[in-house]
Amino acid sequence: MVEFLSFREGEATQEPTVTVESFTGQSNSTAVRIEAGEDARELLPYLDRLSLVEVNFPAFGDGRGYSAARILREAGYAGELRAVGDVLVDQIVPMRRCGFDSFRPDRALDDAAVERALNRYADVYQKTVDGRRPVWAKRHPETVDG
Amino acid sequence: MKILTGNDLGTGDVIWWAGDGWSRQVGDSADVGDKGDELVRAEEAAQRVVGAYVIDATVTDEGIRPAHIKDRIRALGPTVRPDLTLKPNDADAGNWVI
Amino acid sequence: MYRYDSYDQSIVDARVEEFRDQTQRRLAGHLTEDQFKPLRLMNGLYLQLHAYMLRVAIPYGTLSGKQMRKLGEIARKYDRGYGHFTTRTNIQYNWIKLADAPDILAELATVEMHAIQTSGNCIRNISSDQYAGVAADEVADPRPWAELLRQWSTFHPEFTYLPRKFKICVIASEDDRAAMRLHDIGLKLVKRGDEIGAEVYAGGGMGRTPMVGPQIRDFVPEDEIVSYLEACLRVYNRYGRRDNKFKARIKILVHELGVEEYKRQVEEEFAHMRTLGLNPPREELDRIRPFFAGPAYEQGLSDAIDRSDPAFALWVDRQVAAHRQPGYAIVNISLKPVGGIPGDASAEQIDLVADLAEQYSLDELRVTHAQNLVLPHVRKADLYAIWQKLDEAGLAEANLDLITDIIACPGLDYCSLANARSIPLAQKLSERFASLERQKDLGELKLKISGCINACGHHHAGHIGILGVDRKGVENFQLLLGGSGAEDASLGQITGPGFSEDGVVDAIEKVTDIYLAQREQGERFLDTYRRIGMKPFKEAIYG
Repeated sequence: MVEFLSFREGEATQEPTVTVESFTGQSNSTAVRIEAGEDARELLPYLDRLSLVEVNFPAFGDGRGYSAARILREAGYAGELRAVGDVLVDQIVPMRRCGFDSFRPDRALDDAAVERALNRYADVYQKTVDGRRPVWAKRHPETVDG
Repeated sequence: MKILTGNDLGTGDVIWWAGDGWSRQVGDSADVGDKGDELVRAEEAAQRVVGAYVIDATVTDEGIRPAHIKDRIRALGPTVRPDLTLKPNDADAGNWVI
Repeated sequence: MYRYDSYDQSIVDARVEEFRDQTQRRLAGHLTEDQFKPLRLMNGLYLQLHAYMLRVAIPYGTLSGKQMRKLGEIARKYDRGYGHFTTRTNIQYNWIKLADAPDILAELATVEMHAIQTSGNCIRNISSDQYAGVAADEVADPRPWAELLRQWSTFHPEFTYLPRKFKICVIASEDDRAAMRLHDIGLKLVKRGDEIGAEVYAGGGMGRTPMVGPQIRDFVPEDEIVSYLEACLRVYNRYGRRDNKFKARIKILVHELGVEEYKRQVEEEFAHMRTLGLNPPREELDRIRPFFAGPAYEQGLSDAIDRSDPAFALWVDRQVAAHRQPGYAIVNISLKPVGGIPGDASAEQIDLVADLAEQYSLDELRVTHAQNLVLPHVRKADLYAIWQKLDEAGLAEANLDLITDIIACPGLDYCSLANARSIPLAQKLSERFASLERQKDLGELKLKISGCINACGHHHAGHIGILGVDRKGVENFQLLLGGSGAEDASLGQITGPGFSEDGVVDAIEKVTDIYLAQREQGERFLDTYRRIGMKPFKEAIYG
């Protein structure tokens, strides 16, 4: 069973996170935690100061964190982007596709189930921030995005 | 009386707590008294039922009668397809539901 | 129609294995019901009153004979010999076992079908016009865009856990045959000079708080539709309400922000998203489009129809619509036999329609949001043979858009959300108005019945609508008048206190009597209602 999953090279950030309000207030912290209803764009002026952004999923059905993650990656954030909270193995892949590269779920995940999930889909239909070529790009390699 | 109902996890069949297990016949229902919530938790955890809940019912000449029309329809089957109910040979079985 | 390439097929096949894995984990107790429920919903598997119900997707309501035949096979092999066509042009099976569901999905995958995202808080089946490709009034066939959007919305990683379900409709004509204005997002393809693009509407819907979707953009060029929709969905995902399930649809967000503010937020997000390279290249639409190009029509066919059989002539007049190709016609197949269950079809009937599609309709058929079927490419010379076969099978009712062409949800006979049974009421109504002469005299009269406020029967959009409610454990029915799901979209108004099942049948008869007494030349029921208002109807019903 795995309690912490990371797809990054090197050590995961151990620094404790501060709230968005704290961080944008004055903090020297390089690690911030976004709650489900908070606006990730508040962090955009500070991305180069951040080594870790944690996004909380209070319930796995609350999908706001997927938008928060993708927004940060679209803005060029290259640090650790961690999904925490009610994260099940079935959400790992869509979360990865939105830019998350580490996970600390409330309940430990079954390694074998994680492995199966990661290898399940060879192809994806949408372009997003994960660098994967969508099917339409593979179909038309001669085009700009292909 | 208070009785317990839900669906079978694997088949989806409507089932009724009969005291010592689950039955597909509402007439086998046992009075769960105030033990209903406890039973729901135990039986769902054991995977023997899904979506279980406690309902009111009365004993009538025709047997146990759930208080709400929805559960009477669950007990019998779709009133518009008598052939697919638990009483396929009784074209008037649907009247019991109302 | 669209054919999967190896990418499409591998994605659907992988989904089947994923669900098989999830089902095994559930049955082995590694997943609780709370964890499994959203996963099974995203594969269209509900737990309903009597059993599991599986909702299979029929993308934009189009399918081939082979696919239809598979649907019949599944009805026979895994269910109890029938299926139900829904108001979102999908098919539902009512007696499914959880343990069989992965095998059913595997069989569907062999004919390029699936149950992906037919439930759950995600983007649902993209619906379209049942006359797409054959209607004279369309700007272009909307289905290539519907297929593009089907792919775009499948497993979209950002929009898999929305506040609530999300329904998109694409049409391409001024006439709205698909209730586009009552969708979360509606797209109407239009031409501006040489360019094709879409008018966009957002925040339509029915349920507890029905709304006609306002226009949020006058024109989105066709090549930017994906990035524009990403913007719409992102704003909804971020700001749609999550505190109250009954206020979580996008219509509430649009209403609470106001249209102008929602538009502004979408434009802001769109300005950002259009720079991200999210739109498939024009080549992708060009790749999809030929699948929907007109089939190889025969040329020089006669438009003559031998009307000497009076029963056939009646059916032709009602069920057969004009086709843009000379010598051809569009056949509407009624799944509303008088006294029958609206939208249900037996496995045998499904097989027959599959055969007819292959033999007489260039292997294509459609499902409509009114729960009927369409054969879109029929030679007029074949109409008689088709009618004879339909008639033998109980599929030749000549009631399209007449009062017995009732839309009805499954209701309390099947659905755990329902408050009242809708089907027995539909049966009583169709029997009361069975006389074809009477029906023709009443003319176009769209009667829609929902068994609960979720409005799957579209009662808000009925010329006459009925809502089933629970009044202290007894079924009761509210009557609404004046709704429309067409381009003249409007929401029905409640007449007053509710009725018993027999009471609402009598009330509707009184309503139709008022129409007959008051109508002016050429007016449909809806037109008379709009002209004279509720008062005369209310007086007749309540005295």
